[in-house]
Amino acid sequence: MRVKLKIWRQKDANSKGAFVNYDFDGASPEMSFLEMLDALNTRLIEKGEDPIAFDSDCREGICGACGMYINGYPHGPVKGITTCHLSMRYFKDGQNIVVEPWRSKAFPVIRDLIVDRNSFDKIQVAGGFISTNVGSAPDSHAIPVIKEKSDHSFDSAICIGCGACVAACKNASAMLFVSAKVSQYAQIPQGKIEAKERVEAMIQKMDELGFGNCTNTGACEAQCPKEISVINIARMNREFYVAKIS
Amino acid sequence: MTKLNSKIPSGPLAEKWTKYKDTANLVNPANKKKLDVIVVGTGLAGASAASSLGELGYQVKNFCYQDSSRRAHSVAAQGGINAAKNYRNDGDSIYHLFYDMIKGGDYRAREANVYRAAQVSNDVIDHFTAIGVPFARDYGGNLDNRSFGGVQVSRTFYAKGLTGQQCLLGTYSSLNRQINKGMVTMYPRQEMLDLVVIDGKARGIITRNLITGEIERHSAHAVVLATGGYGTIYYLSTLAVNSNPSAAWKAHKKGAYFANPSFVQIHPTSIPQLNDFQAKLTLMSESLRNDGRIWVPKAKGDKRHANTIPNEERDYFLERRYPAFGNLVPRDVASRAAKERCDAGYGVSDTGLAVNLDFRDAIQKQGKKAIESKYGNLFEMYETITGTSPYDEPMRIYPAGHYTMGGLWVDYELMTTVPGLYAIGESNFSDHGANRLGASSLMQTSGDGYFILPYTIANYLSDEIRTPRISTDLKEFEEAEKEVMNQLEKLISIKGTKSATSFHRKLGKIMWDYCGMSRNEEGLNKARVMVKKLKEDFYKDLMVPGGLNELNQELEKAGRVADYFDVADLMITDALNRTESCGAHFREESQTEEGEAKRNDADFMYVAAWEYNSSKQIHQLHKEDLKYEEVEVKVRSYK
Ligand SMILES: Cc1cc2nc3c(=O)[nH]c(=O)nc-3n(C[C@H](O)[C@H](O)[C@H](O)COP(=O)(O)OP(=O)(O)OC[C@H]3O[C@@H](n4cnc5c(N)ncnc54)[C@H](O)[C@@H]3O)c2cc1C
Ligand code: FES
Repeated sequence: MRVKLKIWRQKDANSKGAFVNYDFDGASPEMSFLEMLDALNTRLIEKGEDPIAFDSDCREGICGACGMYINGYPHGPVKGITTCHLSMRYFKDGQNIVVEPWRSKAFPVIRDLIVDRNSFDKIQVAGGFISTNVGSAPDSHAIPVIKEKSDHSFDSAICIGCGACVAACKNASAMLFVSAKVSQYAQIPQGKIEAKERVEAMIQKMDELGFGNCTNTGACEAQCPKEISVINIARMNREFYVAKIS
Repeated sequence: MTKLNSKIPSGPLAEKWTKYKDTANLVNPANKKKLDVIVVGTGLAGASAASSLGELGYQVKNFCYQDSSRRAHSVAAQGGINAAKNYRNDGDSIYHLFYDMIKGGDYRAREANVYRAAQVSNDVIDHFTAIGVPFARDYGGNLDNRSFGGVQVSRTFYAKGLTGQQCLLGTYSSLNRQINKGMVTMYPRQEMLDLVVIDGKARGIITRNLITGEIERHSAHAVVLATGGYGTIYYLSTLAVNSNPSAAWKAHKKGAYFANPSFVQIHPTSIPQLNDFQAKLTLMSESLRNDGRIWVPKAKGDKRHANTIPNEERDYFLERRYPAFGNLVPRDVASRAAKERCDAGYGVSDTGLAVNLDFRDAIQKQGKKAIESKYGNLFEMYETITGTSPYDEPMRIYPAGHYTMGGLWVDYELMTTVPGLYAIGESNFSDHGANRLGASSLMQTSGDGYFILPYTIANYLSDEIRTPRISTDLKEFEEAEKEVMNQLEKLISIKGTKSATSFHRKLGKIMWDYCGMSRNEEGLNKARVMVKKLKEDFYKDLMVPGGLNELNQELEKAGRVADYFDVADLMITDALNRTESCGAHFREESQTEEGEAKRNDADFMYVAAWEYNSSKQIHQLHKEDLKYEEVEVKVRSYK
C-alpha cells in the first residue's frame, strides 16, 4: 500500500521547521503507523539522509512516549489509542497523511516530531505525591478503601502523560493531566492529608509553565488515548475551591 | 583469579537478613549529606532506590534515557506483583513464596537472596498502598488477590492489567517528592556510555546528553545500575524498543562479572509477528491462561478456520502432556511445548508460527460478561493490534523473549565485583535462577530498591565518609570520556549503507534460532561464527547519518547494537558451557525420553559468573557453587 506523507521536519529547537513530502510505497495493513515510519526511515538512512525523529519506547500504548498529530488528531483518527497502537489498516491506499508534532508553547519542539514535555514532570514534582517515607507504612489492611472509590482512583491514575490533552486543546490547557493526578489522590484516604497543598501547588506550577485555561470544550477527553474523563477537572476545581476557602 | 564471595550471612535462613541489618554499619545524617550516589535507571528498581536514598539524605543523581522517568519499561508490566501476605488465608507464607521461587527457578538461585526477597515482599505492598497505588480491592475495602503463574495460592496483587504502570507511577511520585526537596537531581534523556573506576572503586559515569549530543562526566561515591534486562537481544521481544544491555555491558568491561547470561525467559503468550517491519512483540498477560485453552489442529498443516475445527480434531497439547497443571504450566514449559508443535508442522496462521488460545469454552461456561470483566482490556488490545476479536475466535499466540534472569553478578549486598558498583532489579542476575515465576519481578525490583539496597549501600558508604566529593577532572574520567568519543566517532564515520536496526534484526534472528528456546552444541557454534561475521559487516557497512552533536537516534541505536554483538557472544559461550538443561535453558542434548528438560546437578549446580579479559578479549569462568541448606533439591515436574 502507498501513502502520501507530509511530515514536519525541524532540525532543532532554534531552527525553523517545514513540511516535507514523502511518497511512500511499501506499507501494509498489518503494520503499525510507527512501523511504517520505521520503514520510511530505513530508506532515508540507506540514502544517507537524516531519518525522521520521533519518540517511542514501549510500543504498546502504556509508556506515553509516542505522540504526534496525524491528519489533525493527536494520536491519529482512531479514538482511545496511542500512536504506537494505530494500525495502517485504518488508512486507505493512496491516502494523504499529514504528520506534525504536538503544538503548544509549553511543549517546545526538540527535533522533527519530538517535543519537550518536561513541564509535565515539573507539575508532578510540585505536588503529585503522598508524603510517606519508605519504612513507615502500616499494614495495607489498616487502611481500608471503599471499592468504588478505589476503582475511581484507578480510573484517574491510568494517565500515561503523553500530552495529547494539551495538544488537542485550543487553549493548550493541562487541566485534564493535572486533574487526573489530583483526583487519584482526592478519592482515597491516603491522599486526603495533603489535599489542599497538593492541588494548590500543582495548579500554581501549571499556570507558571504557560499552559492555557480550560474553557470546557472537552477536546481533551475526546482525544485522550486512555479516555480519561473531564469529571476529573470538575473534581479538581472543587478541590481547589475547598482549598481556597479552608 | 578472584574468588567470588557472596557474603551470605551465617545463621538460619530466616534470620540472615535481620542479622545482617543488625550488624551492618550505618551512616549518620550529617555524613549522608556529603555522599553522592548515582542511580542509573528509573524503572521500579531505580526509582525506588533513588527515592529511598533521597529520603535517607544522600545526594542522588538519577538517570534515564527516556524523556521522563515515568516511561521506564516497568510501566508495561501487566499481571501483578507477589507478596506473602496470606490475606486469603490459603496457607501462604514467606517460606512458601521462597520455595516456589527456588523450585520455579529450577534450583539455580541463591537461597539467602530469594528468602530475603520473599521477606521484604510484604513491606513493598504496604508501602505501595500507603503512597496511593490503586491496587484492586474487594467489597470489604481490602486488597484483592489472584492466583498467577500456576502457583497454589492467591498471592498476586494487581491493578487490572496495569500493575506495572500503577507501581511505577507510585515510585515516580516518591521520586518527584525527593526532586521537589532537592535530594534527587533527575537527568532524563541521558544515556550512560561508560563506568568510571578509580583505584578499583566505581566513582562515576560518562553520559551522552541525547538532545545536544554533549558528553558529560558525573561523579559519586557509589554507582547503582538499575538498567533493566536485555531481552531485546532477539530484536523482537516484549521489551521496549530502546531497552538495552549497554550500561551493564560497559560495567562488565570495567570489571563487573556477568552471571548466567544465557538464562532468558521466553514468554509463551505474546501476539505473533505480523509483518517484516515489526518493531516489537506485545505480551498478552499470563492470566489469560487461567481461562484460555491452548491448542493446535491434530492434522498437520490444517488451514481450516479455527472455529470450524471440531473438538476431536484439536490437540490441547498442554493438557495432554501435563495433565496436573494443564494450561497453567510455568512459562518455560509452555513456550517449549508450543515451539515443539510449530516445529513439527502443526502451527496455525500463514507463518505456521502460532498456536490458538481459545476462550470459547470459558465464554460458554461463565458467560461473555464474566470473561469481559476479567480480560476486557486485554481483548481490546488484541483486537486493536490484530483486527480480530478473541470473543469470536481464538487468539493466536507465540512465545517471545521476555525477561533476562542473567545479568550482573551481585553478592548478598547487591554489590557487583567492582567495589561501590551495585546492580539491582532486572539488571542483576537476580533471584530467579534459571526461570522466573510470574509477578515476582515487580516484587524483586521494588524490594531491591526500597528495602534492601538502602541498607547494604550504607554498609559500604560508612567507609567513604572521609572521601571528599570526587573530582571529574581526574584522569580516569578523561580516559573514559576519550574512549566513549572514539567509539562514537568510529560508528559515525563508517558511512556504509545499512541501518543499525537492520543489523540488530539479523542478530536477533540468529540468537532466536540458535540461542533461544532450545539450544544445541552445533547450532551454538554456528551462531558464534555468524555473530562474528555480522559484527565484521557492521563495522564495514553501518550507516549513521547526522552528526555527533545533535539529537541522533541512529547513533544511539548503533552504540547499543555494537554492544549486542558482544553480549550475544557471551550468551553463546555460557549456553555452550552449560551442557545441562535447566529452567529456561534447554540443551537438546540433555533431555528425558519424554522430551523434558534434564538437569545435571552434579556438574552444574553453580552460578556461572564471567569475567571480561580486556587484553585477551575472552571470558573467564568463575563458579559460585550453590548450596541448598533449606530446601531439598528435586526434579521439577508438572506432569
Ligand atoms: C510486557 C512485560 C510485562 C511484564 N509483566 C510483569 C508482571 O506482571 N509482573 C512482574 O513481576 N514482572 C513483569 N514483567 C517484568 C518486569 O516488568 C521487569 O522485569 C521489571 O519491571 C524491570 O524493572 P527494572 O527497574 O529493573 O528495569 P526497567 O523498568 O526496564 O528500567 C530500566 C531503566 O534503566 C534506564 N536505562 C537503561 N539503560 C540506560 C543507560 N545506558 N543510560 C541511562 N539509563 C538507562 C531506562 O531509561 C529505565 O529508566 C513484565 C515485563 C514485560 C516486558
Ligand atoms: S510508545 Fe509507549 S505509548 Fe506509544
